[in-house]
Amino acid sequence: MSKPHPYLPNSVPEIKDRMMDEIGIQSIDDLYSDIPEALRFHGDLDIPGPLTESEVREQVSGILDKNWSFRSPPFLGGGVWPHYVPAVVDEIVHRAEFLTSYTPYQPEITQGMLQSIFEYQSLVCELVGMEVANSSMYDWATALGEAARMASRLTRKSQIAVPSLISPSRLAVLESYTEPVGMSIVQIDYDKTTGQLELEDLKEKIGTETAAVYIENPSYLGFLEEGAEAIADVAHDAKALFIVGVDPISLGLIKPPGEYEADIVIGEGQPLGNHMNYGGPLLGIIACKSDPRTIRQMPGRLIGVTQTQEGSRRAFTMTLQTREQHIRREKATSNICSNQALNAVAGAVYLSLLGPQGIRELSELVASRARYAMRRIGELPGVKAPLFNSFHFKEFTVQFREKTVSEVHLDLFDRRLHGGKPLVDKFPDLGESALYCVTERHTKRDIDRLVSALGEVLEG
Amino acid sequence: MSLRKFRQADWEEPLIFELGSEERVGFSVPSLEPELRDTVDDIVELVPNGMLRTRPPMLPEVSEIEVLRHFIHLSQMNYGVSSGLFYPLGSCTMKYSPVINEVLAGHPRLTGAHPDQDVSSVQGVLEFMHELKKGYLEVMGMDDASLQPAAGAHGEYLGILITRAYHADRGELDSRREIIIPDAAHGTNPASAMMAGFKTVEIPSDEDGGVDLAALKSIVGPQTAGLMLTNPNTLGIFDSNVAEIAEIVHGVGGLMYYDGANLNAIMGKCRPGDMGFDVVHVNLHKTFSTPHGGGGPGSGPVGVKAFLADYLPVPDVVEMEGVYSLSWDRPKTIGKIHGYHGNVGPMLRAFAYMLTLGGEGLKEASEISVLNSNYIASKLKDVRGYTLPFAEGKPRMHEAVLSALKMEEETGVRALNVSKKLLDYGLHAPTTYFPLIVPEALMIEPTETEPLEALDMFIEAMKEISDLAYTNPEEVLGAPHDTTLSKLDEARAAHPKTICLSWRTYCQLYR
Repeated sequence: MSKPHPYLPNSVPEIKDRMMDEIGIQSIDDLYSDIPEALRFHGDLDIPGPLTESEVREQVSGILDKNWSFRSPPFLGGGVWPHYVPAVVDEIVHRAEFLTSYTPYQPEITQGMLQSIFEYQSLVCELVGMEVANSSMYDWATALGEAARMASRLTRKSQIAVPSLISPSRLAVLESYTEPVGMSIVQIDYDKTTGQLELEDLKEKIGTETAAVYIENPSYLGFLEEGAEAIADVAHDAKALFIVGVDPISLGLIKPPGEYEADIVIGEGQPLGNHMNYGGPLLGIIACKSDPRTIRQMPGRLIGVTQTQEGSRRAFTMTLQTREQHIRREKATSNICSNQALNAVAGAVYLSLLGPQGIRELSELVASRARYAMRRIGELPGVKAPLFNSFHFKEFTVQFREKTVSEVHLDLFDRRLHGGKPLVDKFPDLGESALYCVTERHTKRDIDRLVSALGEVLEG
Repeated sequence: MSLRKFRQADWEEPLIFELGSEERVGFSVPSLEPELRDTVDDIVELVPNGMLRTRPPMLPEVSEIEVLRHFIHLSQMNYGVSSGLFYPLGSCTMKYSPVINEVLAGHPRLTGAHPDQDVSSVQGVLEFMHELKKGYLEVMGMDDASLQPAAGAHGEYLGILITRAYHADRGELDSRREIIIPDAAHGTNPASAMMAGFKTVEIPSDEDGGVDLAALKSIVGPQTAGLMLTNPNTLGIFDSNVAEIAEIVHGVGGLMYYDGANLNAIMGKCRPGDMGFDVVHVNLHKTFSTPHGGGGPGSGPVGVKAFLADYLPVPDVVEMEGVYSLSWDRPKTIGKIHGYHGNVGPMLRAFAYMLTLGGEGLKEASEISVLNSNYIASKLKDVRGYTLPFAEGKPRMHEAVLSALKMEEETGVRALNVSKKLLDYGLHAPTTYFPLIVPEALMIEPTETEPLEALDMFIEAMKEISDLAYTNPEEVLGAPHDTTLSKLDEARAAHPKTICLSWRTYCQLYR
């Protein structure tokens, strides 16, 4: 390069020369002598740059400015949600000591990260009602894949039963995680009026080969599975494990799966202090009961309490690493190495800030606002909201009778609003429907604006 | 270069559960608008029978300043590239994560974008994903790629699923059951192969640390699905036989998988695609400088040769006349391995990094990473107690693996003790006891972003530790002393009677 680069302190020619002298080489290419000539790349890679900081700021911001900003947060949910991220969370995750560290392999010098993750595990346990949570998976979908495999190892059985109204992308990832090891997936019907899982169909479809029964609560389409306890009984009668996927924000109001006999709880921790970022990084939650055999089958990292060797101080360290790939290689419970640690720290800060009262208030607020939105939208002509007669938390289906979802969608765009996710492709049985979501960031004004925009769109 | 006296912060920080006081809050949740309260009934009353949470979660009750201080204290009891002095954790490429990239990644039109938004409203995101992929393909010499994997191991899993789909498509999956993996490989390689339902076959290294060709020839056959290789390998040695290895594996119908964990040595010098690899992954959190975040998030895009492109996951970002969209048109796709599009935040940082270096700068970065590691290796290989096993006299690439076996035999000071003592100088330890084929391994990867002064400081510390080992070993064996805590009782953490993975269990055991 023509001049030293700010990221490359030793790119100063005199420094390079001095180092080459010390090594005893004439040119840096001498160090690449093991690369056969035929394999070498000549010339420069066709990548624009180098740009200075001000240039890169202008160029990249310019690209990002092309994303629209809407008058209200998008009315989208389904696995990533537009919740508010407190300033303290962002402050902490930008601390260089956390941000630029790696997996705490040297616990004496990384107690800060270890304790933070231990607190994350503990806070998640309190929220979902379990005793053990791991330090994170990539997202809800991969947590589901890993939970299914974990259930299969624990039960030595190979089928997993899931609701028909499961999130399509989570189902797709579940397939990618289970099919290669010979697991099968069976989908359970739902009641056409309420959306609730059909218990009879579940009983019929599961059997001696069933490793686990999985439900999402609230369901992908936002309603609560009211018969969760009965579903747990059916699963356990078949000697299958009961896996429940949750939106953690709902657990201020809704009973945690640990209190209705879930064996493994998974979920998406993104709303716990993480921005949406077009769907990543997210925060996969996985938690289980304090049963040694179950814990041995947990994927990923676990942080535990210990003490210093001389016994005077409490300490934190990675533990049960003999489950993990760097020790057990092909016998590991999972291949996961890098996880979503910093997102877990965000989750710990978030839950600490909210506390028991905050999470309760937030949960109630979100459910109340969603109910208001459902009611107002449902009053519009040619609209049914929600489609199912059940209790909904923050997502709900909106069915249009006289217009297509995509027409409505585009007309809302003209009004700088983003409506719910169209369900037509994946759930044709539901007609011209979309999945709408309301969070605490959607105020009454936002909801009213959406309702009047929908009113105009439907009249037009 | 004089060594510094380092003392890490120690706040004796309580657990967050041990702080605070009843009814304190750290964040105020907005109230429901009064008009709205009148419209909807009391939500608590509406929750179906038996599904209402009756016991609140036992979360701490702490004010904002208490939470802030608590986590700032904890951060000060941690060690990062930007806050420390030197972080030579081998195989992890702990290079500087540029601050500007954090600023750019905080753009509200990125952080606030929902993954299910209509593509017309996220043209900016799709554009940089598309451009990042283009740059990635250029660096790797591949034809197509997916950005979906959230980490390196996740990329490996995808790569093996693609390998699997390819063989299944040809009707050979039932017979092709084996993935060949060198004994020096990262643990994720065999774990990924296992997850995809394959059997792993380990192949020994030759005296130069490369794949033993004779051994390879003897184990390949119609049962071979593929071979996973990192080149340069985990010894930091470039395997000159890679083209022959590819020929042997391709000769029996297997695929070549490239573990890109060590790509940092070779950008612009040679490309995996030109070495004969069919499927590759690269860790953006290593080579492309995105911060490691204490263990994640990372990003591990997977690249393939054209004949495998049909198997890549969906959706894919495509461009037509300057308009970007998502395409689901891959009839033979393996499906999805992430709920959405992968770790987009890290992708933006990697994109900015690529532009800040440019093609020319990426090559320079690789060259200096190699210069730095050879500088350290040349200065330490003859220091008493350390050796540089395998491929004597050959250059190293971006990392070098020392053995402290001699030191252990002569003084009782092990690699682990050397690592712990380094912490007392304010330096992070190398990767210890990996690769498994080097006894008492210290795997040192300085990266290109360290100034000569940091390398010299590390060399000085390693020499001083050697002197201590031979004169006053107790001082090394007792280390660390100046970190937040001294040596831990790791067995206690895993013991059935004392294992404690959450506050709930802690309360049962200790309160």
